[in-house]
Amino acid sequence: MHRTKVKVATDALDANTTIAAANRHDFDHAGVKVVNLMSAPGAGKTTLLERALGDGIEGLRVGVLEGDVQGSMDADRLSVLHVPVTQLNTDNGFGGECHLDANMVRSALPEIDLDEIDMLLIENVGNLVCPAEFRVGEDARAMVSSVAEGEDKPLKYPLMFRTCEFVVVNKIDLLPYVDFDMDRFLANLDQVNPGVEHALVSARTGEGVDQFQNWLAGVAAREAAPA
Amino acid sequence: MHELSIASAVVNTAVKHAAGRRVAVVTMTTGALRQVVPASLEFYFEIVARDTVCEGARLEQELVPARLRCEDCGQEWEPEVPAFRCPGCASARVEMLGGNELEVESIEIEEEEACIAPR
Repeated sequence: MHRTKVKVATDALDANTTIAAANRHDFDHAGVKVVNLMSAPGAGKTTLLERALGDGIEGLRVGVLEGDVQGSMDADRLSVLHVPVTQLNTDNGFGGECHLDANMVRSALPEIDLDEIDMLLIENVGNLVCPAEFRVGEDARAMVSSVAEGEDKPLKYPLMFRTCEFVVVNKIDLLPYVDFDMDRFLANLDQVNPGVEHALVSARTGEGVDQFQNWLAGVAAREAAPA
Repeated sequence: MHELSIASAVVNTAVKHAAGRRVAVVTMTTGALRQVVPASLEFYFEIVARDTVCEGARLEQELVPARLRCEDCGQEWEPEVPAFRCPGCASARVEMLGGNELEVESIEIEEEEACIAPR
């Protein structure tokens, strides 16, 4: 027996990147813009989508891909909004249950009618760590961070806060009841992702949701760029 | 907690390049900004490698410190906390020179000696 060194020099997530590019090609081909929406569990992604999509966004046909470890509670909530919702459960893979990866999204594509929509919102599994590592073929990444989570979160999860180009600061209706220093949060956010676009929102009352809708409309209006 | 996902990706990459041969060592570089805990990654690597050609292989990790460069004033620095504004001129236009790596660099494979001697 002898040992041979083999040069690999490959990004560890290369396989995922390849599949993400294939997804992106399919999305671009169908003229569909894709947003990957991420957050911690319970930050309010589904409530935000209920609010943002409830009355519709003018001129934009939106579909939703719901990623969950188990169950279809979120998809059921959104299905009354008359937007096409596809459920994707992640409980059938070892190590894949805490986030969506490109292959999982690819497996759901046959169930999504891309000709019927202009934009696909992918609601990722609630998790501030793993989803940040795995691109799924999206045009843009956004996240929700709620005031109930505390102002230190950008510093604790910089990978997630850095990878997003839009941050929804949610549950501002709770500000009188929680120890949350908004100025400090925004300063922390600016340290981790300088100049990132953000909106102060209460998905519960609807306050500020229009800023998220406007951002989505802006993404939809972008020129298709190479993945 | 994303070490399990990364360990799976590392093993899959090594298995692909090993092409059926047994792997003794996997060498990788990890950037500090990827927030990977080396001991945790090693732990999951050992588990995920079971029943593959990487079973029992050693994982060698080289940690690359975060290194940033300001595109406006040219200052280079190694941040110790996740702060990405230039400490000199507060610019947000900052280039990442190092710290974002997550690469499988090489693998060492074990091969039988080719039998060339006559019987």
